[in-house]
Amino acid sequence: MSQTDVRLDGSPGLRSEREATPGSAGRRRERLPVPRADFESYYGRPVLNEPTWQAPDIAGYLFLGGLAGASSTLAAAAELTGRPRLARACKAGAVCALGGSLYALIHDLGRPERFVNMLRVFKVTSPMSVGTWILTGYGPQAGVAAAAGLTGMFPGLGRAATIGAGLAGPALATYTAALICDTAVPVWHEGHREMPFLFAGSAAAAAGGLGMLGAPVSEAGPARRAALLGAAVECVAAARMERRLGPLAEPLKRSRLLRAGEALSLLGAVAGLVAGRRGGRGRLMAMAAGAALLAGSACTRFGIFRAGMESANDPKYTVQPQRRRLAKAKAERDLR
Amino acid sequence: MAFDLDEKLADGRVGFFTDTSVCIGCKACEVACKEWNAVPDDGMTFTGMSYDNTVGLGADTWRHVAFVEQRRPLGHQEPGVGDMDFRWLMASDVCKHCTHAACLDVCPTGSLFRTEYGTVVVQEDVCNGCGYCVPACPFGVIGKRETTGVAAKCTMCYDRLGAGEEPACAKTCPTDSIQFGDLDELRERAERRLEQLRAAGAGSARLYGHDPDDGVGGTGAFFLLLDEPEVYGLPPDPVVTTRDLPSMWRHVGVAALALLAGVAASAWRRQS
Repeated sequence: MSQTDVRLDGSPGLRSEREATPGSAGRRRERLPVPRADFESYYGRPVLNEPTWQAPDIAGYLFLGGLAGASSTLAAAAELTGRPRLARACKAGAVCALGGSLYALIHDLGRPERFVNMLRVFKVTSPMSVGTWILTGYGPQAGVAAAAGLTGMFPGLGRAATIGAGLAGPALATYTAALICDTAVPVWHEGHREMPFLFAGSAAAAAGGLGMLGAPVSEAGPARRAALLGAAVECVAAARMERRLGPLAEPLKRSRLLRAGEALSLLGAVAGLVAGRRGGRGRLMAMAAGAALLAGSACTRFGIFRAGMESANDPKYTVQPQRRRLAKAKAERDLR
Repeated sequence: MAFDLDEKLADGRVGFFTDTSVCIGCKACEVACKEWNAVPDDGMTFTGMSYDNTVGLGADTWRHVAFVEQRRPLGHQEPGVGDMDFRWLMASDVCKHCTHAACLDVCPTGSLFRTEYGTVVVQEDVCNGCGYCVPACPFGVIGKRETTGVAAKCTMCYDRLGAGEEPACAKTCPTDSIQFGDLDELRERAERRLEQLRAAGAGSARLYGHDPDDGVGGTGAFFLLLDEPEVYGLPPDPVVTTRDLPSMWRHVGVAALALLAGVAASAWRRQS
């Protein structure tokens, strides 16, 4: 009979090695102690496994999903306030961004042909599952809205779809924050309070940029205001996040992409306002401002993505915040 | 509550107790795991990290033996290398089969599931390789396999459990450093072992993952370590990421409403 087994059904057969005492061979001499390093890791290897997500796919999706969602909302607002050309530009932009989103999401799967497996469950604990259902609800409406808007057919159906997509848009633009924050990646997870606002602001700025790019200056007032509001919210949220994360904010503070994103967004938003003042003569400037806003939003998303990857690949960003948390909990216990 | 995870898990939950103080670094567990589960090779490279060339857990490494070299004494041991203090720490790492498993929570296809033994297993015919479980795991266990495109990790030999056999790694471990059994019983045994080691002067010995009140609700595979967890590449205070998910959803909800309101306000005046 085997001695090693501890089986499901019962009594463990103990072997003597299990009770062996390490270092029991004899007495030790006095030696000089070696001071311990204040931060330890296993050969500098990361604690976490590196996310398998590829930047062009997933950071690209964060940008395109935000652009699509906020553009649909802007399209609905433009349509309801009598700005048909702005509405048309935003609907067309939204459906293109949606197409790009779907491509990026499916391309990133290890087994793309199985993407429908995400429709076999609904799990509120999985932002990716929730997002799949948001996309499933939003996508057809955005498609119908764009088709009806561009062809002029079925105006009633088109208007209903425009409003539906406009209401679902903000969910699409912001759930992606929960998507990346609901991971063990330190910068993403710890930034979960500000990330939805940062993403909402970045999405509004991108949609405003799209509106300025595609609609005449006379109709693009809402796009300019949305861009300014979005860029401001994005910058404030990023600054708050960097302050609150403390030492963990290093990868964010180091990120040139994030700085470029903020600069492009603010520059584009202000340039857009100036172009608006110049009326019809400001069309070229408005288009340049729109392009800067789109580029700024993309830079911000890629910057957030990269900063997260960096924090996952360095064990200090995993270990040190956890050590601080343990020390704080211990101090609180000791005080009681 | 209709479904009580803790109650459900208490009923016949099995686990691993990995007592690293008697690990001799033979890597028989790595080999047995690969053999039994037909896990493909994970690259033939020399890392220079002591005797460890498997580096860490991933899609193609389900048991990983860590080798730590320290200039410190182990108990009353004579290292036999002149006047230098030296000790080996060896530890066989594995999927923790958390009570609150982030990989399982975030899986959008339901491919990851909780078995009747309280373990967490990937159904590789359902997984579509979205990779969400990989950054969700606070221990860096699960990975996406290049060759098949789907997630893979330790199953605690789900197929062997059904046949009343213990997992391959525990079966092969020559010093019983890896012990398999009823989780409650293993926890009691680990406490006794810890007392024994402390009494013998190994003051740095501690249990890791045994506490049901920790950030992941206790792990199904827990450890007796001889140094801080991070020395072995383990997180000192792992927390299941979905613990903060309600707060995330609240913030997302407020941000979405703010976006809707902001865009509406931007277009408030009708075009003249």
